[in-house]
Amino acid sequence: MKKTVLLGALTVAGLAATAASAATLDDVRARGKLNCGVSTGLPGFSNPDANGNWQGFDVDFCRALAGAVFGDGSAVEFVPLTTQTRFTALSSGEIDVLARNTTWTYSRDTDLKLDFIGVNYYDGQGFMVPKSLGVSSAKDLDGATVCIQTGTTTELNLADFFRANNISYEPVPIETNAEAQQQYLAGACDVYTTDASGLAATRATFEAPADHVLLPEIISKEPLGPAVRHGDNEWADIARWTLNALISAEELGVTSANVAELAAAPTTNPEVNRLLGTEGELGAMMGLDAKWAVNAIAAGGNYGEIFERNIGENTPIGLARGLNAQWTEGGLIYSAPVR
Amino acid sequence: MTTLTEQPEKGFRLSQLIYDTRYRSLTIQVVATILLVSIIYWLIANTIANLAALGKEFDFGFLSSRAGYDINQTLIEYDNSMSHGRAALVGIANTLLVAFLGCIMATIIGVIVGVLRLSKNWVVARLMAVYVEGFRNVPLLLWIILIFALMTESTPQPRDFREGGSASMILWDSVAITNRGIFVPSPVFHSGATLFGIITLLGIVAAYVYRKKSLQKQLLTGEPPVSLWIVMVSLVAGLAAVFVLQGFLLPGEQSFNPAITLNSPELGGFNFTGGLQLRNSLIALWFALSLYTGAFIAEIVRAGILSVSKGQTEAAFALGLRPNRTMNLVILPQALRVIIPPLISQFLNLTKNSSLAIAVGYMDVRATLGGITINQTGRELEGMLLLGSFYLLISLLISSGMNFYNNSVKLKER
Amino acid sequence: MSETHAQSVLYVRDTMLPQQEPPITQKGAVKWVRENLFSSWLNAILTILSIYVVYTLVSHLYPWFANSVWTAGSLGECREVLAVEGASTGACFAVISDRWLQLMFGFYPSAFYWRPILTFVLLVPALAPILYSERVPTKMLWFSGLYPFLATWLLWGGSFWVPLLVIAGFVVGALLFIAGSRINLIVATVAAILGALFWWLFAAPSINASLHHMVGQSRAESILQEATALRAELAPELAALEARKKELEPVIAAANAEKAALVEAVTAEGSQDEEAKAAFLAKVDELQVLRRQDLALAAQIVNIQQEMSDARALLSSIPTLPTLEEQLPTLRATYKELEAALPSALRGLRTPNQAPDGTSAEDLNALNAALSAKSNLDSAELAIASIYGQIGIVGLEPVNSRDFGGFMLALVIGLAGISLSMGLGIMLALGRQSNLFIIHTISVAFIEIIRGVPLIVWLFTASLLLNYFLPPGTEFDLMLRVVIMVTFFSSAYIAEVVRGGLAALPKGQYEAADALGLDYWKSMRLIVLPQALKISIPGIVNTFIGLFKDTTLVMFIGLLDPIGLSNSIRATSDWNGIYWELFVFIGLLFFVFCFSMGRYSLYLEKKLQRDHR
Repeated sequence: MKKTVLLGALTVAGLAATAASAATLDDVRARGKLNCGVSTGLPGFSNPDANGNWQGFDVDFCRALAGAVFGDGSAVEFVPLTTQTRFTALSSGEIDVLARNTTWTYSRDTDLKLDFIGVNYYDGQGFMVPKSLGVSSAKDLDGATVCIQTGTTTELNLADFFRANNISYEPVPIETNAEAQQQYLAGACDVYTTDASGLAATRATFEAPADHVLLPEIISKEPLGPAVRHGDNEWADIARWTLNALISAEELGVTSANVAELAAAPTTNPEVNRLLGTEGELGAMMGLDAKWAVNAIAAGGNYGEIFERNIGENTPIGLARGLNAQWTEGGLIYSAPVR
Repeated sequence: MTTLTEQPEKGFRLSQLIYDTRYRSLTIQVVATILLVSIIYWLIANTIANLAALGKEFDFGFLSSRAGYDINQTLIEYDNSMSHGRAALVGIANTLLVAFLGCIMATIIGVIVGVLRLSKNWVVARLMAVYVEGFRNVPLLLWIILIFALMTESTPQPRDFREGGSASMILWDSVAITNRGIFVPSPVFHSGATLFGIITLLGIVAAYVYRKKSLQKQLLTGEPPVSLWIVMVSLVAGLAAVFVLQGFLLPGEQSFNPAITLNSPELGGFNFTGGLQLRNSLIALWFALSLYTGAFIAEIVRAGILSVSKGQTEAAFALGLRPNRTMNLVILPQALRVIIPPLISQFLNLTKNSSLAIAVGYMDVRATLGGITINQTGRELEGMLLLGSFYLLISLLISSGMNFYNNSVKLKER
Repeated sequence: MSETHAQSVLYVRDTMLPQQEPPITQKGAVKWVRENLFSSWLNAILTILSIYVVYTLVSHLYPWFANSVWTAGSLGECREVLAVEGASTGACFAVISDRWLQLMFGFYPSAFYWRPILTFVLLVPALAPILYSERVPTKMLWFSGLYPFLATWLLWGGSFWVPLLVIAGFVVGALLFIAGSRINLIVATVAAILGALFWWLFAAPSINASLHHMVGQSRAESILQEATALRAELAPELAALEARKKELEPVIAAANAEKAALVEAVTAEGSQDEEAKAAFLAKVDELQVLRRQDLALAAQIVNIQQEMSDARALLSSIPTLPTLEEQLPTLRATYKELEAALPSALRGLRTPNQAPDGTSAEDLNALNAALSAKSNLDSAELAIASIYGQIGIVGLEPVNSRDFGGFMLALVIGLAGISLSMGLGIMLALGRQSNLFIIHTISVAFIEIIRGVPLIVWLFTASLLLNYFLPPGTEFDLMLRVVIMVTFFSSAYIAEVVRGGLAALPKGQYEAADALGLDYWKSMRLIVLPQALKISIPGIVNTFIGLFKDTTLVMFIGLLDPIGLSNSIRATSDWNGIYWELFVFIGLLFFVFCFSMGRYSLYLEKKLQRDHR
């Protein structure tokens, strides 16, 4: 038995599980649930509702992944993580996939031993200032006091930007978005900087959103994407192609409403047929069911639906698709072909 | 069957290791050592295996790589091109600063509140009780967050200081209280500053020696010493005269060139510039730590004063000592013996609690080394080890100081 | 006689004057005020200052509390209500009425709320014999002893035999001790400890597994049928609920639109329309009812989805059992074969990285093959064990400790920390007093290291580093890791409290015990510890209060304690931007709890002082 001395004691209490064996898929299957790391609370991306159910853009990716693996979008355990604990949770095997709006960077991919499986949101760091300040460009911010959230790439970008433009600033590092927002609104800082999506989401909940403007400069590239442990290529493939399937589904017009109908019988579009498993044996190549993509889409809709429901223009967050539109619409969201 | 007449066997038997009290303690200690060593070995072996499995190395090299992030309050020189190690030092300096300030203020608050709680004044005693219970029974983290937010909300923004704004600077336009912190004038030292510093030091030493001499004289002759007030006033007056005189004598453009001038804060583009900024995060953390720890110290002080029996006070009065001398010469020295040990452990708590600085964005060592650095480099094992050792070192220093004090004031018993 | 009297004294009054009222300054309220508030200049200044402080606080806070809004669905609606009522400031406690269950229980399934409640209710009889020892029969101590197991079982659920198996370990230890004490006490102790450890580490897990296996095997068929039936049954129910939720959506949207129109009407300049105000407030109430319905429906839907998901998991996993069990011997044989073929230097390694430098490529390949065979074997075993572990449960439905949150989490961590640390704390205190050099040194080092480092660093150690220190591949519950660390932390503090108690005992007690010829453990158990622990109880209660307050730090490692939850609540678009109300509520709850505990410890202190006179 692969049970160490300590584990023996703990399994009596049913509190321990062995994990991090080479094949994540087997572990996930044995457990019957996907463990998905999300943020402890980020408007639009992951937050619990009054019933205690997690909701949001990142959360829906996890549900889709659970759909692909189990055919059941409810088979997910959400593990709330802070910026400090997220990478360790992944490398120790506490979670199977990290969907916690994490920026894909070189050192995280190599040194921290993560594998980013793609980008589900193209973001960039922006600035928000009160309109009354009369600032129209981030380069006018010489001497400004800037509120930032710590533990992210944000503070590095900020340091680089001000250094490159040879202007000075005073950083006010804040642990949570809520505190940063309170400080900014009380005028303790002139500028609030974080990912542009976060700024828009935050501004939308102000008492007077029109009194604040987002500056035109986006000072960094923040490709946010889910990550898995380094070294398990099979599992990385499953996560990667689940994301790709959601993106392709939007491109091909497959939605949660029509997916069951389209998957019932082969359609005239071979691309749709391959995606939905009515043609070929694509699922089996990853060790999944032929209907993996159908189940992933049925769990929460295609990429566009997930976007619109959680952070789209009709939500309080109110983000436009922008860079995150399909490539056919001038955006960057582009899936490798499913064939 | 054994009889009492049987002779005890000579020599050493193995069973003596268990039965004989002389050897048993040795056995137990050897077993404990073996257990401890094997546990430590087990932990280290596991760590090595885990690090190997993750492909990481145990390496402090990250300390010399470029940090890349900025810190707002830097007591030692720092910018983002310096190393992570340097950033950790900046954090250590910040931790020590807030811990030092906090210990002083907490003691002041604690002593005042502790005494006032014993006051016969009903309103004051109740108010103090409410303060003590309120702070003792709510988590410190909440107080830190609340005090920070309260300070931000209740003080004016820098832009309110502009023409026609609602706020203005105080103390002849030299101090500005804003919700980003308190801006005070900073001293600027000129060429004569060193000389003046030396003169000041000499003056203080002279005054101290003089005072001491006159106290000794009192012991010998009973002649009342020169009052402390007079010594202090003459010291200050003398130094002021030197300062003014030096201002006229020193070469310079103007006729009066003081050795030290003040640089007052002025409202710049976004914020006050010049002067010294006491950031809100520092003040909020300082206040929160002092108020929280002060509540505990107040209880210690109260218990200390109550522990001195009433007979001592009465005896002092019977000797004809005035109330304040009774306090200074009779009650306090006895109460202090009870107060100091728990007081020091409160200082220790305060220092450790300063690690909550991150809640208000104060860049202490937990936020730099234990926060951003670990997060950017992924060296949690090494970082946490350093962080833990730092706090351990501080607390060992403080507690050895406490032991030293305890031994020195211990009632000498037979 | 009367004459002389008349000559020497001019006038003698022979009736008593009626008793006069004391001067106004010397009686009643005035006297009290004079003596207590204005007895001196300093006192007068202090009094006036205090009254001013109180007045400032009240005048600032009163309107905020007085105008508070308790019914609203979001912060925006709160602001609307305040605007309609014409209040410039006001608290939005609607967030509390919306989320208070979450702040109390976290994500614990609402159907099982009775379990934590019962656990905390049972805490009272469990603590009674310890805290009110003179009024409660000593036999109740048995219940106190059993309580931790009962509480664990109630909170986490699982099969009823699990706590019994753990208790059986103590019984095994006790039996061995009794048997061994005929030979020698030390042998008995060692045998008892080893026996209990063997039981917990090897016997109990396999008994547990085989019980689950047995029950699971007998049930597998019926569970399959039940699951199929359940899914068939639930599917239409789910559809019906979803349809009802769909129906509700336009109703809510319409009500929202009406409300928006009303807001405009009321807040329009100069409008003093009382009727519209009343209509608006009624609309808000109506909306609230609708939203509650919607929320309840959503909860039902999620519950059904969860049930269906569980059924689906069973349906897909149970049929794989026969195949898995069939494969097992083959997998085992393959692994044994490959392992045996390895060179001895490579045997027992857990990753290829551990292979010594200069290992040939061939050997490395063999190692990789063996390792992958092992991982196959492990996952098959794990799969079988976990399926039986699911279907063989007889008892309460298991609840994941990730679902713990809010005050319940703070209480569970605090209580577990204190109760688990008692034993270790007492041992450390005795160790620190011991005159065995090594034992003394180890105890002092442990206590000082734990106390010298802030709890937050220990918590980060629990969340980031504990996995490094345990065998590779071990992964267990974050909450358990936190409890372990908190236990170490509080045991160092308890040790110091108990040491104080030990030091407070008069030396005569130790000497008397020695004079009676008791050995160390007997003198400790029968004479010293009962007295020392009794003196220490107030200190232990204070340690608990401190620990309970410190549980708020777990938010930094992602556990959702009340403060952590308040951040999550503010991340929802409804409540983004709310600030003070949540903190006030959380602070108040902590205050009530800690204050009453503190009062209790004061009462104990007083009572104990009387005992000693």
